Amino acid sequence: MESLEKILQQHPFIQGLAPEHVQLIVGCAKNAVFEAGKFLFKEDEEAGEFYILRSGKVSLEIYTPEYGPVAIQTVGEGDILGWSWLIPPYFWRMDGRAIETTRAISLDGKCLRGKCEKDPKLGYELMKRLANVFEQRLNAMRLQLLDIYSIKVPNKK
Amino acid sequence: MKILIRSNFDLLLEALRKNNYKTIGPTVRDGAIVYDEINSTSDLPIGWTDKQDAGNYRLEKRNDDALFGYVVGPQSWKKFLNPPVYKLWQADKRGHNFEIIPEKIEETKYAFIGVRPCELNAIFIQDKVFTSGEYVNKNYKLRRDNAFIVAVNCVESGGTCFCVSMNTGPKAEKGFDISLTEIVKDGHHNFLIETGSEKGEKILSEIPHRTAVQNEIDSGNELINNAAATMGRVLDTSNIKNLLLNNLDHPQWDKVAERCLSCANCTMVCPTCFCTTIEDTTDLTGEHAERWQKWDSCFTIDFSYIHGGSIRNSVKSRYRQWMTHKLATWHDQFGSSGCVGCGRCITWCPVGIDITEEVRAIKESSK
Amino acid sequence: MNPMIPNPYIIQKVKKETQDVFTVELIPAEGEQKFSFGAGQFNMLYIFGTGEVPISISGDPNKSDVLIHTTRTVGTVTKAMSKLKTGDTIGVRGPYGSTWPVKEAIGNDVVIIAGGIGLAPLRTVIYEILRERESYGRIAILYGTRTPEDILFKRELEKLKSRLDLDVQVTVDRAARGWNGNVGVVTTLIPRARFDPKNTTAMICGPEIMMKYSISELMKSGLSAEKIFLSMERNMKCGVGFCGHCQYGPEFICKDGPVFSYKKIKHLFGKREI
Repeated sequence: MESLEKILQQHPFIQGLAPEHVQLIVGCAKNAVFEAGKFLFKEDEEAGEFYILRSGKVSLEIYTPEYGPVAIQTVGEGDILGWSWLIPPYFWRMDGRAIETTRAISLDGKCLRGKCEKDPKLGYELMKRLANVFEQRLNAMRLQLLDIYSIKVPNKK
Repeated sequence: MKILIRSNFDLLLEALRKNNYKTIGPTVRDGAIVYDEINSTSDLPIGWTDKQDAGNYRLEKRNDDALFGYVVGPQSWKKFLNPPVYKLWQADKRGHNFEIIPEKIEETKYAFIGVRPCELNAIFIQDKVFTSGEYVNKNYKLRRDNAFIVAVNCVESGGTCFCVSMNTGPKAEKGFDISLTEIVKDGHHNFLIETGSEKGEKILSEIPHRTAVQNEIDSGNELINNAAATMGRVLDTSNIKNLLLNNLDHPQWDKVAERCLSCANCTMVCPTCFCTTIEDTTDLTGEHAERWQKWDSCFTIDFSYIHGGSIRNSVKSRYRQWMTHKLATWHDQFGSSGCVGCGRCITWCPVGIDITEEVRAIKESSK
Repeated sequence: MNPMIPNPYIIQKVKKETQDVFTVELIPAEGEQKFSFGAGQFNMLYIFGTGEVPISISGDPNKSDVLIHTTRTVGTVTKAMSKLKTGDTIGVRGPYGSTWPVKEAIGNDVVIIAGGIGLAPLRTVIYEILRERESYGRIAILYGTRTPEDILFKRELEKLKSRLDLDVQVTVDRAARGWNGNVGVVTTLIPRARFDPKNTTAMICGPEIMMKYSISELMKSGLSAEKIFLSMERNMKCGVGFCGHCQYGPEFICKDGPVFSYKKIKHLFGKREI
């Protein structure tokens, strides 16, 4: 079996990180598998994990009283999942549900926060990488918000 | 070079009519010189001239009896070659189906009398648009092939003229059947006459004329040179394509948009503007439909409409489209400028927007 | 032949694809004319008494006996078209315009990115490249639309998905539970697709803003502008370069386009109100 370290190093999110930093991260890592239909997390639960997704597909859903769960986004191979572990008060803001068998490396959020506090260089590097992901997701969300395939067009000036 | 004397001018018109041409030329109507059917010299604007400036046009009496003593009016020959409105076809319902009956192309042979060199160049430009590509506008081509062109060189220039800048005048160099230079001097009133085609030679052979003497030729040249030297406007065309295309966001577009009424006058009077739209109509029974082609203008908001809205929503963008097309992208599309320097867009703009000034403003601020 | 005169075609079949998208199959009313066209070309379709609209061809370029158009009811003409029945007549002028670089892409990986009704003109490419599947490298078909109900050509997509030599990804902007596919805009599929950026031809069709985002994602992954192709839309009246409506800078969408390499129109693309 491949070592966690090796798997991590090959993941787009971790790729190129200094070996000593990967070492630090490995200290917080464990393997995780979710069968289709299983929840990785649910809204309002404590956000303990940061997932590095290896394969499969996870649907991010917000529960609405009228329509039930509405899927907002899906993430999968090569993506990361979850930043609530980083942002107080560390609770999940939506449901994460595997829609295919999903393999991930689960990083312990508390552990990772600790390492980042101790090693600001690692912390900054991770923050830069996360900021990149935020930017991409935000951009995609903006495009999604435009509802470009809708027949109705907002009135022009 | 030959001489046609003024008193024989009617014979030229007669010869053309005898050869089955419908003679179209300048005539005075509603305070302007327009192009219409003319039956004799007396229909021409004898002794009239036009004073032109930005947003300003008026006829004045000359102190001679020149036949072509004006510059250009609001109309151009495109109204005959590519009429403002015409039917393309009709369709009649047959049960669930319908049959399309193409409109017969009108085969009138026109003789255009008094085509200015700038206008002649405008015709060449529209030839490129309608007949040089993969598809040919049959209606245009037929009318064009049938047309007989009597060009008249300019011996005076108008207040908004800039053909010298556009290299389209004031002398017609090619593409005419007959060209004339009108000389009214020392009690003589003659036309220097040149032929540019076999058709032209044939017509000339049917009317009395004599060989020109050197000083007549010199007089003609002098007059044309004088017209060239007194252009009302100048347009610096050096590097103009890049200048405009590199300045698509220039503040001058906002400035001109504050004045522009988006009225489309400039496109209607422009001898090269070729845009059209189609209109599909049905009668009340719903059994009979027609398709009409009409002149259109990039200044209308619907011109660029696609599902969702108009692409060129602002006046700024529409003016920019018109001007950059005319002076810049036309080069890419048809290998020449789309402007011939006739000055009509300046004269007939209700607020006096001057294309030469607009270019200058961009040029000067980009130095 | 006068390019302004429509030719009569008979509707063989009308098929409702989704709530607002339908497909018409046409055959020539007279004779046994074949209709040959290139992937990416369009026709001007005339509905008696209503008007004429440019619609891209969505059928197989190698089947010249039937002419297939897939369109969405967005205006009066398409609405009238959607109400036509088998046996009715439609006027056809065309085919017009440029084609997708199907031949030029031989030997390359191919990424097809479609948004909404943009899948219709790109379906012609899918037919073409699958006919010579072995001439191409990896092929990714990335398709985004509004909801699962709006997915076009569902059965065909399912069939394509089951092939091992194709990477077919579908995503929707919103979905209720029960949809087990992707949710998110089509651009999110690009980083997940596998292709060699140094040797890939991308073909994009969809709303202009979706193409803009897709281009930026493709460039980020290393594709060069001359290997990215897109299909543009502008107002069109004649289809043959006479009416002036479809001008896009120096280009006429009707005859220079609708398919352009991004490199060719880069200086205009995204410029406002051009």
